Amino acid sequence: MGTSGASGTLRLYAAVVAGGFRRYATYRSATAAGVFTNTVFGFIVAYTYMALWDERPGLGGYDEAQALTYVWIGQALAQALSMFNAGFAVDMVARIRNGDIAVDLYRPVDLQLWWLASDLGRAGFQLFSRGVVPLTVGALCFPLALPGDPVVWLEFLVAVALAVVVSFAIRYVLALAAFWLIDGTGVLQFGGVVGMFFTGLLLPLNAMPGALGDLARVLPWAALLQMPADILLGARSGADGLLRAYAFQAGWAVVLLAAGRLLQSSATRKVVLQGG
Amino acid sequence: MADVSGSVRVYGLIAGMWIRSTLVYRTSFALALLVNFLVTALDFVVIWMMFSQATSLGGYSFAQTAFLYGTASVSFGITTFVLGSVDDLGMRVRDGTLDAFLVRPAPVLVQVAADRFGLRRIGRLLQGVLVLGWSLARLDVDWTPAKLLLMPVMLLSGAAIFGAVYVAGAAFQFWAQDAAEAQSAFTFGGVTLLQYPPTVFARDFVIGVTFVVPLAFVNWLPALYVLGRPYPLGLPWWLAFAPPLVAAGSCALAGLAWRAGVRSYRSTGS
Repeated sequence: MGTSGASGTLRLYAAVVAGGFRRYATYRSATAAGVFTNTVFGFIVAYTYMALWDERPGLGGYDEAQALTYVWIGQALAQALSMFNAGFAVDMVARIRNGDIAVDLYRPVDLQLWWLASDLGRAGFQLFSRGVVPLTVGALCFPLALPGDPVVWLEFLVAVALAVVVSFAIRYVLALAAFWLIDGTGVLQFGGVVGMFFTGLLLPLNAMPGALGDLARVLPWAALLQMPADILLGARSGADGLLRAYAFQAGWAVVLLAAGRLLQSSATRKVVLQGG
Repeated sequence: MADVSGSVRVYGLIAGMWIRSTLVYRTSFALALLVNFLVTALDFVVIWMMFSQATSLGGYSFAQTAFLYGTASVSFGITTFVLGSVDDLGMRVRDGTLDAFLVRPAPVLVQVAADRFGLRRIGRLLQGVLVLGWSLARLDVDWTPAKLLLMPVMLLSGAAIFGAVYVAGAAFQFWAQDAAEAQSAFTFGGVTLLQYPPTVFARDFVIGVTFVVPLAFVNWLPALYVLGRPYPLGLPWWLAFAPPLVAAGSCALAGLAWRAGVRSYRSTGS
């Protein structure tokens, strides 16, 4: 492929990213409803954390302000990282079930990159549309420990970008299960529930006790919320801590994307699609 | 009464049809059932983990919190089992498929409630029953006839109050089809809130869920009476027996909202 071909491919995926962004930007009342719900949940969880950190100051290495900040970062990122719903995977599973995926496979684009590009566009829109308001409300109503240094915010955003890729890669693998099961909704829901727990949306992974905590901190879901939150909270200070967090995220991204590729090629070779 | 039994029969017919279609994909159904059990079980694991780090939360022990958790989850479990599909109404309004419900000789609300009936949702109810049973075994409740009577009354009235929230939320979707997520703040947010002791939350918050959206009557007021603990707002003790009245009032209001919603329905533009 020549340079013009490469830039054409790049333009194609850029258009898919933009399409994903615009698709979600269309539903304004859905966005407003989601912001409202994330904010209400933020309040509920914040009060339970205050009660817990009252009893156990310094739990998980966080003081109370850091714990509260963690709550609001979680609510701000919940949608961008698809913590409550499977996002694109629902569409993909539906296309596998009704056989439309055969059309997608005939297109002169890479299936995984196509869905990744579209999901990046969605995440870009939801990061700002659904993230800014809850975090601002949280900062106004609770004493949060947000950094003033723009460099830290930049490092945080890099971690969020990596988290979006890991989140996509997990859901892509789950969605591919539908090639074998026909109705893949159960797998997606199962993945969603397990994921929400191991993401640490309800309790920081740092604060989880014993072997369960040790396990939770090395699973891919740790790359979603715990890593970006720790970077913003300054719990992983220094170039060493920062690089290790990025490496953890990038490592899982590569492993899971590769797993998705492998599954995809075996699915398209061995499985007969719906409709013949 | 013929009206009610007719509605129940229609509900049973539609739900039965959906159950049969669900059971065609057995693996997926088994997973979905497990998910519904797990999603709430993991909620409880979080509370367990909190109590593995602290002996009390807001002055309440683990068993007392588990009692609040169990009562809220059983009520909510009954509601989602029976009415869990009504929050998909916005989708039907948006694509116009609600029209089919309007021409059938059965109440629209019954059809909407039974639409896509999810047998899997029994997982949530089961999990709530287990936690409630465990908490009752662990607690040393000073049982009186009034408290014993209050238990089923609380669980059923609580389910009716949550049901009113579901129906009111669905009615709102006649005007704002895409806003389905807003009602999660009151349904899923509500049950999460009620699983914790009221002493954990700020006073204004407790006032809001007592007098504005009366979720506190689902379990907080009656459950605290059973536990023999005072309600933070210093309300009279007999309000613990008010849930049936609050439930009736909420359901009446939700019914009015629903009628207004159905009347304003104009189908899709195209």
